[in-house]
Amino acid sequence: MQFLVENLHARYAQALDADRLEDWPGFFTEKGVYRITTAENEARGLPLPVLYCEGRPMLRDRVASLRHANIYEPQRYRHIVSSVLAEKISAQRIRATANFLVVRTMENGESTLFASGRYLDLIQASKKPLFIERVVVCDSRRFDTLLAIPL
Amino acid sequence: MQHTWPAEGATRVPYWVYQDEEIYRLEQERIFRGATWSYLCLEAELPEPKSFVTTFVGDMPVVVARDAKGALHAFENRCAHRGALICMQARGKAERFNCIYHNWTYDHAGNLTSVAFRKGIAGKGGMPADAKPESQAPKQFRVSCVNGLVFGTLSQQASSIETYLGADILRRMQRVMKGPVKVLGTYTQVLPNNWKLYMDNVKDMYHASLLHLFFTRFRINRLTQKGGVFVSDDGAHHCTYTEMVEDRSDAYEKGGMRSAGGDFKLEAPEILSQVDEFGDAVSIQILSMFPGFVLHQIRNSLAARQVVPKGVGRTELHWTLFGFADDDAAMTRRRLLQANLVGPAGYISMEDGAATGFVQRGTAAAPDRASVIEMGGDAIASGDSRITETAVRGLWKAWRSHMSL
Repeated sequence: MQFLVENLHARYAQALDADRLEDWPGFFTEKGVYRITTAENEARGLPLPVLYCEGRPMLRDRVASLRHANIYEPQRYRHIVSSVLAEKISAQRIRATANFLVVRTMENGESTLFASGRYLDLIQASKKPLFIERVVVCDSRRFDTLLAIPL
Repeated sequence: MQHTWPAEGATRVPYWVYQDEEIYRLEQERIFRGATWSYLCLEAELPEPKSFVTTFVGDMPVVVARDAKGALHAFENRCAHRGALICMQARGKAERFNCIYHNWTYDHAGNLTSVAFRKGIAGKGGMPADAKPESQAPKQFRVSCVNGLVFGTLSQQASSIETYLGADILRRMQRVMKGPVKVLGTYTQVLPNNWKLYMDNVKDMYHASLLHLFFTRFRINRLTQKGGVFVSDDGAHHCTYTEMVEDRSDAYEKGGMRSAGGDFKLEAPEILSQVDEFGDAVSIQILSMFPGFVLHQIRNSLAARQVVPKGVGRTELHWTLFGFADDDAAMTRRRLLQANLVGPAGYISMEDGAATGFVQRGTAAAPDRASVIEMGGDAIASGDSRITETAVRGLWKAWRSHMSL
């Protein structure tokens, strides 16, 4: 199980970092939920997301908008994922947490620590596990300029 | 550094206004600490007596607090003694405020109430009887509320908040603040540019459908739709709105605009579905108050945006998204889905930080050149066209008036 979860994390991070955004919705179940929030909002019990998708159609809309509507400077992410903890909560479900760092590099070469935080995941267990829910809790309430590519 | 405004007047904005350290210093004094009103917080963030939040007015750190009787106060977050922050938490409840450095104590209005060991111990040490530590007390604000929005000014000369806003802008502000507020959450977007470039951007109706392609792709807001703008008499504040109508025209396609293209469809269009909660068929209203406050209604997404300058080339935008205490579950869900439209990851706002940052970078070597702000001529007035830069010119009219430049 630990290997399956770490492998899922690795494939997810490699897809985003290689600009394979079109693969991103495929890491979720058909009704999978993806939500980015901040540790402050979580601690205060406030529901506001920075980015929120319910189901693959909404995830695909986000990718389509990034490709065809939104304008942002060329940039790349490097995800570093660590401290993965996984716990089987039923025959079909795994609850997992992990830490992440994302370094953002702009075309002029400027690299910055763009985000740090935790993934709180509910995973559908199978040979090819999928996210039923992925909540990205950013440590900071600050976002530099814009958040285009998903975390 | 000697600066002169271009001879063209209202239709030009010279780039030194975004770059000069001395201008930044003067703005703090003449605008943020001058005869203007600044947004402080939502009343809903101070739900009970003795609750507080910390915020900023320009560079000045500020505490906003409710006293034991429920009255609102705001004061500079600076101890009279050595200038340390009096309150270091973002929010909470407190019986009183104690500076951690030497335990000088303040009440909820920011009055200095005790100085530790003021009379010394056993007749030794302490302050002279005629010492006046209160002479360096933190500054206190005049505080006024408009339907749950809390504003403050340090100026005794500033008119009431209602007069400051003017009847049109006040009415459009009250339109959004229709009941007791429920805070949904907050975050900060850091913008790589001078604070005025963000206010320029908010007041610039001309850019909305040209930069933010998501709007036009889905025909959410095209300039061919019905809408208009209110500009206050002094130019300082503005409010623009668009009515809900399906736009089936092809003005953009005929003009060959980059933002044209009607073939793009959402698979999950429910994120755009709006309930007409204000009963006037307005789908988008953007309101700005000089110097640094924006109130938006984008469909059912509502937010207060506070503009906090952090030096000549850096600005923090503090977003507080909210609904109303009587929202049902469906309305809350709608507001959370529509949160996707705004903020740093917003479908229709993520580009703003990029575009204003491009201006900061593009003008780096051109302090003596100027923006051309001539859409709609040189008028600064309300109207029913949005292909105009009237509200941008208003910003500069107000800015020059406060700055005496």
